[in-house]
Amino acid sequence: MSEEFKLEIVNPEKSFLSKEDVTEVLVPAYEGDMGILKDHISIISFLKPGILKVFSKSGEDKYYVEDGIIEFKDNTLSILTSSIFNLDKIDRNYVSQSLSDTEKLLSKEDLDDQSRFLISQKIDVLKSISSN
Amino acid sequence: MASLDDLKKRILSVKSTQKITKAMKMVAAAKLKRAQENAEKGRPYSEKMNNIILNLSNGISDKENAPKLLAGTGNDKVHLCVVLTSDRGLCGGFNSNIIKKAKAYFTKITSEGKNLKIITVGSKGYDQLKRQYNDKIVNKISFKESKNINFFDAEKVSKIIIESFQKNEFDVCTIFYNKFKNVITQIPQAQQIIPLKSSETGNKNEKDNYEFEPEEDEILGNLLPKNISTQIFKAMLENSASEQGSRMSAMDNATRNAGEMVDKLTIQYNRSRQAAITKELIEIISGAESL
Repeated sequence: MSEEFKLEIVNPEKSFLSKEDVTEVLVPAYEGDMGILKDHISIISFLKPGILKVFSKSGEDKYYVEDGIIEFKDNTLSILTSSIFNLDKIDRNYVSQSLSDTEKLLSKEDLDDQSRFLISQKIDVLKSISSN
Repeated sequence: MASLDDLKKRILSVKSTQKITKAMKMVAAAKLKRAQENAEKGRPYSEKMNNIILNLSNGISDKENAPKLLAGTGNDKVHLCVVLTSDRGLCGGFNSNIIKKAKAYFTKITSEGKNLKIITVGSKGYDQLKRQYNDKIVNKISFKESKNINFFDAEKVSKIIIESFQKNEFDVCTIFYNKFKNVITQIPQAQQIIPLKSSETGNKNEKDNYEFEPEEDEILGNLLPKNISTQIFKAMLENSASEQGSRMSAMDNATRNAGEMVDKLTIQYNRSRQAAITKELIEIISGAESL
């Protein structure tokens, strides 16, 4: 039996990626990283900034996502996100720019815990990207 | 009757107007194609988003504690209307149709004794509404600088809406835009986005069992603001396709009218030229006869 399922990544502007032969997806879900295999239970969750890994027959792809919602149903994984970048093609300038912007955000006083958590997450991920 | 010279000048000026409208039609056709493509590409996102929200709101256990963006404030006193129009004119009835629809709604609201607040997106809508409803307009937004419609702009609009909702400045929010049906037909739409209309969430025939992580309410709280951006983005895309379609058919009509006008003027020109020749001939002949 094949172990493959369908992955769809959708941007507001367009369909970002559609793949039929995905074997595993690692998503940075809000409450911790989550690996999704075929026949996973139907789930809805949202993402925190992090690295999205897609394993398929043709190899492994990595993407950087800032936010989004995932839905898994009938062996189709849909990811709705407004900002996603292929890690191989990501613009270094964008990373450093975004990093300094986010660091500025963190220094604000009136943050609640949730957004502070998301922002520090984002900084960690961006730092790890730029150090590679 | 106008002199021959005047007629000639008029024919020329109509012809050059025709050239302009023709060029505008071509440009609109090219832009329409792109706008239509964009609108189609954007559809999966908003559809999926709607689906997820539908599933979520079905899954929510106690409706009383549902997020306010979904359930509303419980009041129905202050209505916020977001009117999406274009920044450019010369597109037939495109802007007027939206405004007409919006004005009908405004009159209904005010006659029911409710408060009205207006946000205009796009400068043409502001121009048409400011005379009558200037005191109601709380904000005007224009995206003249951005060449293409992007999600970022939609997010800006939704941020303004959500912020003012959180300050309890309104109870119900409706957006007005033109839905693109085809090049000739665009339907002005009024869509209520806060609270989410039950017709869009009430489809309960099939309940899926989803696992939620974190809890439903928390996801919903995170998702609903995003949904508003998405709905506005969708409306903007539809609007831009409609605008170009409307402009294309308007310019097509204008070109045809100019053609008819040129024909008419040319006939008039030829007739008066002939009349002048005949008159001259008669003068010569009668002059010769009298000798």
